[in-house]
Amino acid sequence: MTAYIPNILFAILLTLGIGFFIKNVKKLSRNIKLGRDVDVSDNKTQRWKNMARIALGQTKMVVRPIAGLLHIIVYVGFIIINIEVLEIIIDGLLGTHRIFAPLGSVYDFLIGSFEILAFLVVVSVVVFWLRRNAIRLKRFIKPEMEGWPKKDGNLILYIELVLMALFLTMNAADFQLQQLGAEHYVQAGAFPVSQYIAGLFEGLSASTLIIIERAAWWLHILGILAFLNYLYYSKHLHILLAFPNTYYGRLKPQGAFSNVESVTKEVKLMMDPSADPFAATDDSEAEPEKFGASDVMDLNWVQLLNAYTCTECGRCTSECPANQTGKKLSPRKIMMDTRDRLEEVGKNIDANKGDFVPDGKQLLDDYISREELWACTTCNACVEACPVSIDPLSIIVEMRRFLVMEQSAAPTELNNMMSNIENNGAPWPYNQMDRLNWVNE
Amino acid sequence: MSEKLIVKTMEEFMAEGKQPEILFWVGSAGSYDDRAKKISRAFVKILNKANVDFAVLGPEESNTGDVAKRAGNEFLFQMQAMMNIEVLNGYEIKRIVTCDPHSFNTLKNEYPSLGGNYDVIHHTQYIKELMDSGRLSLEGKTYKEKRITFHDPCYLGRANSVYDAPRDILKKTNANIVEMKRHKKTALCCGAGGAQMFKEPEKGDMDINVMRTKDALETNPNIIATGCPYCNTMMTDGIKAHEKEDSVTVLDVAELIANSI
Repeated sequence: MTAYIPNILFAILLTLGIGFFIKNVKKLSRNIKLGRDVDVSDNKTQRWKNMARIALGQTKMVVRPIAGLLHIIVYVGFIIINIEVLEIIIDGLLGTHRIFAPLGSVYDFLIGSFEILAFLVVVSVVVFWLRRNAIRLKRFIKPEMEGWPKKDGNLILYIELVLMALFLTMNAADFQLQQLGAEHYVQAGAFPVSQYIAGLFEGLSASTLIIIERAAWWLHILGILAFLNYLYYSKHLHILLAFPNTYYGRLKPQGAFSNVESVTKEVKLMMDPSADPFAATDDSEAEPEKFGASDVMDLNWVQLLNAYTCTECGRCTSECPANQTGKKLSPRKIMMDTRDRLEEVGKNIDANKGDFVPDGKQLLDDYISREELWACTTCNACVEACPVSIDPLSIIVEMRRFLVMEQSAAPTELNNMMSNIENNGAPWPYNQMDRLNWVNE
Repeated sequence: MSEKLIVKTMEEFMAEGKQPEILFWVGSAGSYDDRAKKISRAFVKILNKANVDFAVLGPEESNTGDVAKRAGNEFLFQMQAMMNIEVLNGYEIKRIVTCDPHSFNTLKNEYPSLGGNYDVIHHTQYIKELMDSGRLSLEGKTYKEKRITFHDPCYLGRANSVYDAPRDILKKTNANIVEMKRHKKTALCCGAGGAQMFKEPEKGDMDINVMRTKDALETNPNIIATGCPYCNTMMTDGIKAHEKEDSVTVLDVAELIANSI
């Protein structure tokens, strides 16, 4: 019976790790669904293509070649090494060792390539760390990155580094044990990288090596489960959400802003001479819809998915003309604020048995200032720059809509411009009858 | 340009019981802004030269509502849009050309769901079409060997992926076309979009147009070409900020073509 203790322990830990993750995924999905509905059921073929091209194919990552290449290494490494994780899980549950070993030369090839990838991941992660902490690339040291976001970014790199180190250590000890002909350690796999680490283990007894191998094996799989659960609390959810996010991303030209349907109804009513303004409206329209967004629940669910998908790379911010010229606006901060507020709302709902109890806070002013919103030129550089189809501009416009239509709180000059349009059909105070004067000037 | 331009309104076409080939949407800037009016005149010179049977709406045209929409005033936008759509549909307009990328974008992308469906093109696309079909040809002497750099308007480029038409027709002037480091998809905004044209910028350490003209000046140009009346104003001001107004001019693509006919 005691022989099965590791298997049982493994099964329990695996269930806990995955179970806790699923619990958080449910929370995540509930939070995203707090957003308004939006129809994204159109053009499925194009959507699948976008996902394949942008998320799977990483086409927008390589716009910046250095970061793009390093990212592809880590991304491919992450996916491929998961095949090894599958073997680890089966071994853990069945108490076997390297159950895929009978694959023979295929197995050797697999393990060999995992090792090379793991090594390349280590190199990439080190370069990533240097870019953030030594070279201090501008986009990583913006104000919104101070504190937790900076720590979060580094922590992810440390975890990846440790996981790769454990994987290679495990293989190195295994390789050494295979050399010693230790019982239970089948002759399998190729170890192009870890054979060099194995040199450090020269002269250690088989029992010591087994302790090292087992420790590295357990820490590696526990580390992966811990990392899986860390995702929800970090910016790193993009490794999963990039896929749905690119699927639901914009299909129309970037210049096409949404037309607010509730406004259309009212404008049509106003312009229809036969409409009876006192006619009874049906019950569904009893409470007029709020125009624009002052809080996360006023945004649509794709915008909220965007917020969870953002991994704070800052490409948007580094392309933003307002940010480059020293204005407060940072499209990345718009996404981070949206997510932070959404998390706060989610916790409020958890604490109040499923209902949101107003907390006197909102996305506008408590997170995103008006100064930021009014600095945007709607140039779409942020939208173009995002490697995973996030649209910070749509949130900015939605919040401007709230300011203008619900609060009449546009800057004075813009109010003048708008009243000119209302009165004489041009943003300047000229007579509409003079529209053709340019011909004869 | 003092020569006589031939411009007919839709009302006149109606009275004659005819339909024009295309409607020229002049836009608010093209109608009232002193600098942009010159662009409208240059474009009409081209249309006249190519014998295009075009119409304008004149006093029946109203602001597209684009700038109100970007400012967040969806009400005003839709009011303007529906008014314009009523006029356009009343005249059974099929095809629209405009020198303003903002009008272009709004008419093309934001009017359809409100009932306005037209084939909308930017004037650089239309000029290219006229050239390709042999209706317009250039002498191509005026700007021979001049260095011209083209600034992509956000609402033409990124917003609608029109990058080649303005460049293709600029090449016909025999000028030396030089690209800024940031161009096409990565072009920096001139700073006017999103209703910024009508307000002071927020606090910062530089104006966006000054930064963008710096990009342009790095190519050592004689001329900065634009395809947008607002970009034109911003770039012209930027040139002044760099004290380069004596050596560098800002011209719309339509003006460069009109001067090359």
